[in-house]
Amino acid sequence: MTSPEAKLVCRNVWKLFGPGAAGFLADHDGHPDAAAIAEAGLVGAVREVDLDVNEGEIFVIMGLSGSGKSTLVRLMSRLIEPSGGDVLFKGENLLKASQARMIEIRRHQMGMVFQHFALLPHLTVLDNVAFPLDIQGMGRAARQARAREMIELVGLAGKESAFPRQLSGGQQQRVGIARSLAVEPEIWFLDEPFSALDPLIRREMQDEFMRLQTVLHKTIVFITHDFDEAIRLADRIAIMKDGEIVQAGTPEEIVLTPATSYVAEFTRNVARAKVIRAQSLMLPANGADPAGPTVSARANIAQAAPLFLDGVAHLGVTDDTGRIIGRLDRDAVVKLMLQG
Amino acid sequence: MATPGSPALETNAAHDAAKALRLPIAWLVALAAFIAFWLYAEPVARAAFDYPKAYTVPLAKWISSAMKWLIDDASFGLFSFTDLTRFVSAVLDVPYRLASSLLSTGFLEGSGSSAIQIVPPLPWVAVIGLVMLLGHWLGGMRLGLLAGGCFLFLAVFGQWTSAMITLASILVAAPLGVVFGLLFGIAAWRWRWIERLITPPLDLMQTIPVFAYLVPVLFLFGFGPTAAVIATLIFATPPMTRIAILALRAVPGEIIDLGHMVGCTDRQMTWRVMVPAARESLMVGMNQVIMLSLNMVIIASMIGAGGLGFDVLAALRRLDFGAGLEAGFAIVALAIAMDRLSQAAAEKLSAPASDPATSGLFARHPYLIAALALAIMTTLLGYVVPGIHTYPEAWQLSTGTFWSEVVAWININFFDTLEAIKNAMLLNVLIPFKRFLGDLPWFGVAALLSFAGCRLGGLRLAALASGLALFIAATGQWEKAMITVYLCGISAVLAALIGLPIGIFAATRDRVWSWVQVAIDTLQTLPSFVYLMPAVMLFRVGDFTAMIAVVAFAVAPAIRYTALGIRKVDPRLIEAGRAMGCTEWQILTRIRLKLALPEILLGLNQTIMFALSMLVITALVGTRDLGQEVYIALTKADTGRGLVAGLSIAAIAIIADRLISAGAIHARRRLGLE
Repeated sequence: MTSPEAKLVCRNVWKLFGPGAAGFLADHDGHPDAAAIAEAGLVGAVREVDLDVNEGEIFVIMGLSGSGKSTLVRLMSRLIEPSGGDVLFKGENLLKASQARMIEIRRHQMGMVFQHFALLPHLTVLDNVAFPLDIQGMGRAARQARAREMIELVGLAGKESAFPRQLSGGQQQRVGIARSLAVEPEIWFLDEPFSALDPLIRREMQDEFMRLQTVLHKTIVFITHDFDEAIRLADRIAIMKDGEIVQAGTPEEIVLTPATSYVAEFTRNVARAKVIRAQSLMLPANGADPAGPTVSARANIAQAAPLFLDGVAHLGVTDDTGRIIGRLDRDAVVKLMLQG
Repeated sequence: MATPGSPALETNAAHDAAKALRLPIAWLVALAAFIAFWLYAEPVARAAFDYPKAYTVPLAKWISSAMKWLIDDASFGLFSFTDLTRFVSAVLDVPYRLASSLLSTGFLEGSGSSAIQIVPPLPWVAVIGLVMLLGHWLGGMRLGLLAGGCFLFLAVFGQWTSAMITLASILVAAPLGVVFGLLFGIAAWRWRWIERLITPPLDLMQTIPVFAYLVPVLFLFGFGPTAAVIATLIFATPPMTRIAILALRAVPGEIIDLGHMVGCTDRQMTWRVMVPAARESLMVGMNQVIMLSLNMVIIASMIGAGGLGFDVLAALRRLDFGAGLEAGFAIVALAIAMDRLSQAAAEKLSAPASDPATSGLFARHPYLIAALALAIMTTLLGYVVPGIHTYPEAWQLSTGTFWSEVVAWININFFDTLEAIKNAMLLNVLIPFKRFLGDLPWFGVAALLSFAGCRLGGLRLAALASGLALFIAATGQWEKAMITVYLCGISAVLAALIGLPIGIFAATRDRVWSWVQVAIDTLQTLPSFVYLMPAVMLFRVGDFTAMIAVVAFAVAPAIRYTALGIRKVDPRLIEAGRAMGCTEWQILTRIRLKLALPEILLGLNQTIMFALSMLVITALVGTRDLGQEVYIALTKADTGRGLVAGLSIAAIAIIADRLISAGAIHARRRLGLE
């Protein structure tokens, strides 16, 4: 199940709140059922989570409040100590790492963005962004140069000497993003980074986030309670409910084949055309016109549809190298879009 | 007594009355049982009325002998306990010497009367200049002028020398109090067991009256300014610890997560993340420590702190109103200057500091350079022009005689009126209430407290309340405790009767409230000693005087909590009331006061706590309660007696505090606010 390029792997990860949680898990061979947990007077915040996050992908964990998603992301970085299971980061079991080793890993390989920004109020934007580098012991000149670069990257140049309270919410979160990227982390945790922002700003920040990702190609764990946001950003989504992952897959898989009625509730109002990609709807390439208009296999149907306005009956579908690998028929597209 | 009639009818009526009063039947039954016990049980159960002497626990003796052992025999192997206390004194003596040399005595060679001054103390001009510079740096021109004006007042009215002695003690005690409090707070935040260890003493220290601290300190550290600094430290550190714990707790979880995520070590976590993130609240603690230190340094004049407090004390002893008032005003001036300066400092230092744009020593530290230049220049000039060094006596104004004349004039013209008021109060209210409380059986009171505790907070509270009452009775303090309860009770009721209407009136009028707020803020910054003088002036010594001083001191929280409670009521509810056609009176009584009830109860609680703490100090004007007991113990250096009386006061405070707090929680639940 573990793909070779998986950067972060969770194996049977549990978090139970209450006295004697670890011993209780061991007594039940690591797989207690819900009734046994309730009987022992424990609360199962995260239950039996298995997942792997691959190199360079955006892995979104989506769930409503109380579903355990924020706890899960803290288990992955060991901000919260799991009650049981394994968390492997680049093959190393974090739960067996010493405190000194954890500090080392967090200093150089992890970055995190917080829902309420978590900016230090007494530091300027520049010093906030440079803070993780300062903690590592980097010299003043070097860390400030690096921080300026990051501030430039998130589009806040000119605000270096402002204080957090002088910035808008969106700007504050840009600082948070710049700070988390300053150490060039190998894995980037974002805990509901845009939830505290106004809808318009949220949209803008999502676009900004996607722009950054095309430049940086980070391995990302992104937490959200907003299904639309998940669909928009994710390479893969895990949907959580009551501490468990109820379904994990690509946005298409989840929209097309929701595993439970709970998942179906979320997918009901999602416009299919915005989720389904050309590669899922394409037919074999025979008959495709190599000279005609083409569309990337990764593009979704809503992006491909306008190309039919020229009156062509089908589009060539290309892979990343530009090679034609299939064709997209107008009828199929129209049919899908009419379904909503 | 009861009129003949059908008993069934009577109970029915009682039931209805109970319902109308919304008093649960249980309370009435308990009260009736208590009254019956009080009226009829005396011949049968003497011991329930006067605690039997044979069973008195000689706690005072035990404590005294324990202290004696501590001083004479206790040893840690390499060094004895006395060595330890001497060492602490010696260590604290160093900064105190420095501060007092700088401000009042100058640096001396040799000791006693043969000492030769090598370097004189800072000239008065320099001190005022430094204070103005500090004020200007912290809060601009206005603050500079205010602080300078307050200090100039000290010089002009001849209080300079005493004020500088007081200031020296504070300059040593306050920073140390902040540092110790912060360190304790951090330790408690980091290690749970330390928190568990220090919480009970912290709670107790908040309720033990200040005098009670002085007795053991006097015993262990002797008489003198260093002992006063130690007492001040002991007094001012717990609130800082408490504030530090709360401030660190209030740091958002995400900030802590951030600290871990960037890989902070424990030390980096504390000093780079937690303390800076909590610094706004910590600064509030700093202000409190400074004001508490001032209060304590004044009171610690009883164990040799000297300074302004000693002037007030001496004036009180020889009933020299003029001198006492002058010293009192000087304390007020000092208090206002220190309060405003430390508040401005809190604001300035908790605001983020911007990068210095300019470079160069002079440009970066203009205030520091100016201060140094001022100190050096005035000191040098002081050798040439003595008036710069010591405030010329010819320029001094003394209002002492003026005030003495005012008092004499008041006494000549209003003696009869004042006397009449005092006597009427004494005869009709104070003395009957005192008798009433004195007559109550201790056992019945303990039982009633236990019942109240049970109803309001459950069995634990019941055990606590009755246990503490038993402690008071068993250590032989019951009679004196009842006098304390009587004075405190009457004063608290009066303070509430004055404070509630003012609070209600001010709450809905923004302009009035802003003025009232300034007034009560100022009242609260004044050391409690200051309140004694005017009361003694008008009414001489006695219970009535004590009551006036206590009421003046305790009225501030009654006003504050009432007004805040009413102002906190959700404006949408007021709007809803108005939309339903409530009159202003109905809005006040049916909505505002109802919902502000828990807050008002807390205010009442604070009023009682303030009254108790002030009551102890009024021992100086001749009360006969537990406070007097502590005061006598202090003059006789009788640790056991002082501590037992102090603990009894703490017991009263704890009973009142826990019962009222439980009542407030009860009320909040009933009102659906929780």
